[in-house]
Amino acid sequence: MRREAPQKLTDYAPLAFPAIMLTLFFVIPFGTMIAVSFFQRQQGGFYTPAFVLSNYERFASLFFANVLGFSLMLAVLVAICCVAIGVPFTYLLTRMSRRAQIVWMVALLSVLSLSEVIIGFAWSTLFSRTAGITNLLVALGLMEKAVALSPGFPAVLTAMVYQALPYTILVLYPALVRLDPTLTEAARTLGASPLRAFFTVVVPALRATILATLIMVFIFALGSYLLPQILGRPQHWTLSVLITDQAIYQSNMPFAAAMAVFLVLVTLAMVALTLFAGRKREAAA
Amino acid sequence: MSGLTLNSVRKDFGGFTAVNDVQLTVPHGTFVCMLGPSGCGKTTLLRMIAGLDLPTSGEIRLDGEDITAVPTHKRNLGMVFQSLALFPHLTVGENIAYPLRIRGAPREEQKRRVDELLAMIHLPGYADRPVAKLSGGQRQRVAIARALTRSPKLFLLDEPLSALDAKLREAMQVELRQLQQQLGITTIVVTHDQREAMTMADTVVVMNQGEIRQAASPMEIYRRPADTFVADFIGSTNLIDMETDSAGRAVVLGQAIPGLSAPSGGKAILSVRPEDVQLTAPGGDGAITGTVTFVRDLGGTIETFIDCSGRPLIAVSTPRARPEVSVGQPVGVVLDPGVCVVLDR
Amino acid sequence: MSVFLRRFYFVLVGLFLAAPLIVVAGVSVNARQTLAFPPQGFSLDWYIEIFADTGWRNALFASLTLATLSAALAVAIALPLAWFLWRRIAPWANVFQLLGIAPFTLPPVITALGLLTFWATTGFYGQPWTAVISHAIFFVTLPLVTLSLGFSAIDRSLVEAAATMGADDRTIFRTVVLPLITPYLVSGYAFAFVLSLNEYIVAYMTVGFTMETLPIKIFNALRYGYTPTMASVTVLFVVLAAVIYSLIARYGDLLKLLGANSEEKP
Repeated sequence: MRREAPQKLTDYAPLAFPAIMLTLFFVIPFGTMIAVSFFQRQQGGFYTPAFVLSNYERFASLFFANVLGFSLMLAVLVAICCVAIGVPFTYLLTRMSRRAQIVWMVALLSVLSLSEVIIGFAWSTLFSRTAGITNLLVALGLMEKAVALSPGFPAVLTAMVYQALPYTILVLYPALVRLDPTLTEAARTLGASPLRAFFTVVVPALRATILATLIMVFIFALGSYLLPQILGRPQHWTLSVLITDQAIYQSNMPFAAAMAVFLVLVTLAMVALTLFAGRKREAAA
Repeated sequence: MSGLTLNSVRKDFGGFTAVNDVQLTVPHGTFVCMLGPSGCGKTTLLRMIAGLDLPTSGEIRLDGEDITAVPTHKRNLGMVFQSLALFPHLTVGENIAYPLRIRGAPREEQKRRVDELLAMIHLPGYADRPVAKLSGGQRQRVAIARALTRSPKLFLLDEPLSALDAKLREAMQVELRQLQQQLGITTIVVTHDQREAMTMADTVVVMNQGEIRQAASPMEIYRRPADTFVADFIGSTNLIDMETDSAGRAVVLGQAIPGLSAPSGGKAILSVRPEDVQLTAPGGDGAITGTVTFVRDLGGTIETFIDCSGRPLIAVSTPRARPEVSVGQPVGVVLDPGVCVVLDR
Repeated sequence: MSVFLRRFYFVLVGLFLAAPLIVVAGVSVNARQTLAFPPQGFSLDWYIEIFADTGWRNALFASLTLATLSAALAVAIALPLAWFLWRRIAPWANVFQLLGIAPFTLPPVITALGLLTFWATTGFYGQPWTAVISHAIFFVTLPLVTLSLGFSAIDRSLVEAAATMGADDRTIFRTVVLPLITPYLVSGYAFAFVLSLNEYIVAYMTVGFTMETLPIKIFNALRYGYTPTMASVTVLFVVLAAVIYSLIARYGDLLKLLGANSEEKP
């Protein structure tokens, strides 16, 4: 088929519905949010059009700096854990039979689809005193009596890794499944052990992929809003939780919007950084 | 007039001219092979005839009607693609019936035509098979049958046999030619295989760098190549410099050849097919002297490699006329002016 | 890496993924309304409760309706866009591709907040249908990605062949493109459906005060204490997701959808 530029106006017809929907319900809401972030908040949850920077000025507080610092730290930690577990796992997965891969993928997709609410509930159960994992340790005689493991930072981190791990594996999968298997075979014939071949051939060949995955998981983790609430204490709240809190419970839309805009900027900065790093490597190669 | 006419057809892709000012007439019912190295523009030309690409300029006429701007689906043609392009979601029968189905033809008519075509391609009873279950040769036949379903005015094939192994390909060439003669349909095949072109075509169109270098019958192309490209591309040949001496005689490798017309410009190139090179004892009358460098005995033919004062030459003979030569020995080379072709440099 | 080590590693990851679900499944069959594991007694009452209790039944119904409609709308947005991008050379139209992928890539709270301010500003805040549109926009990425993949897998000579046999653009779409794209269409729908079923924040921010979807219901229940129905609903959802993905794997090429090469090639 000749893939050609649209000639007549009617050639654009298929584009009309998607374009209208995406513009009306994504671009305009996004713009509305940016606009609201400059609005003046009124008492009682209302806001009036204005152009004030006060919503942004609130960022310059120690409290906000703490939340931001914690959010970034948590997201980075989650990303590192997920990639550290995910890269070897995905690599080994791609070397298995198609059948086994499908079974694992169905399981991973099912976990990935789980609502954050459900993940939060499941882990809070697992970490609870009455139904949790410590009961198992007691039964095995490894512990004196069952204790509650949440709320707390380890609980938040574990649940977030749980949430992000399937995502990590799915992001890594295409690159790893297409990796030329003769690469490691060549390394093996040259005398490298499988483990050595993995670290000297597979990991370097995937450096760009791993970096991109780190960033994507980082952004994914940055979006987590329920797990810190369910499994953490208030000092474990992230920027996403704070935005929800301000928007719904404090009824401070302008401030919530300002924080959301800020979160977008952080996200975009991360993406830009990835692209920049990728380009620099290409230039060096 | 009836048949296909291309008038000054040209196709540019950006700054690259894929087809340059092509002029061609294909009379009704003839079988034409477009032959050339890859990238010569033959496929682009075929796609323009099909309407899959639009010419940058020029005119395409079918039976006198200008079809240059007619969209593909309104030209009555059948085409076989290099990839065959059989619909994977349809059975053999549904693939063949497709042109009828989309026109809303009655079921009985579709079925009758499918049975007819399956019989023609020697695959009766295959209608309900999925195309994925067919062998390469069977898929090939189904693609041909599908292109002929609506008895098109023009039958186009783009490298149709390239996916088949050598033996099957040769059999299909003969079959395709017989089918075409039986149906009397105007057919254009694009190929890079000269044996294929020689086997099937009424007219071979040799293309290079977007231009037609020669369009003639296979024998004519072989015996009377229009230029050195055609001479070299079709079969193998010896291309030798020749010149006119002060006495106005044609001189090849230092030997005047009586009976050979002298080039008017003073210099030219002589094309001699290896089977037309005769070997004699050295020093014979009118013979060029050379040294045998290698003998390749292939059983069916014997190729003798000769060095004539730095110029390599190849002679091919049959075992019946086995030359008395051995490597390192001098040998006489006689060129028959009747079968040599003088070409411009 | 020895086979033993590899197996051990896979068992470890598998346990990590399964552990919370095993506990929840155990909790869901407790005989009494207590959070206890291993379960005390055995009862399927909490599964019956999902359908017997009006609140849970309504939430389930709301979630299924929302997922059915929003996934359909997401596909309706993605299909013409993916088709256009495949059929035409229009580099600027890639902007819409980007817009389709952005909502899912950005932290969800951003899309949620954007839609909240939008519905509040236009005065439709709280209407159930706004959740359908919100979810469709949020999940349009999924059918868009599967369909783009599906289109790129179509050999263009198939379309050309159909044209040489007399099919116009519309007929080609109906008889060739649509049948070939259907598996990708279905899986795109399924992905959007399952994720919509489980989505919390966008639904909560747009219709959280007027409509209870199952995730909202679970979260609300979680805030007021514990009821074993949360556990049975969770199990139901996991099973539902696993069934839907298994069906995709059964009737389509799941690994190809996830980025592997197609099955034909060894």
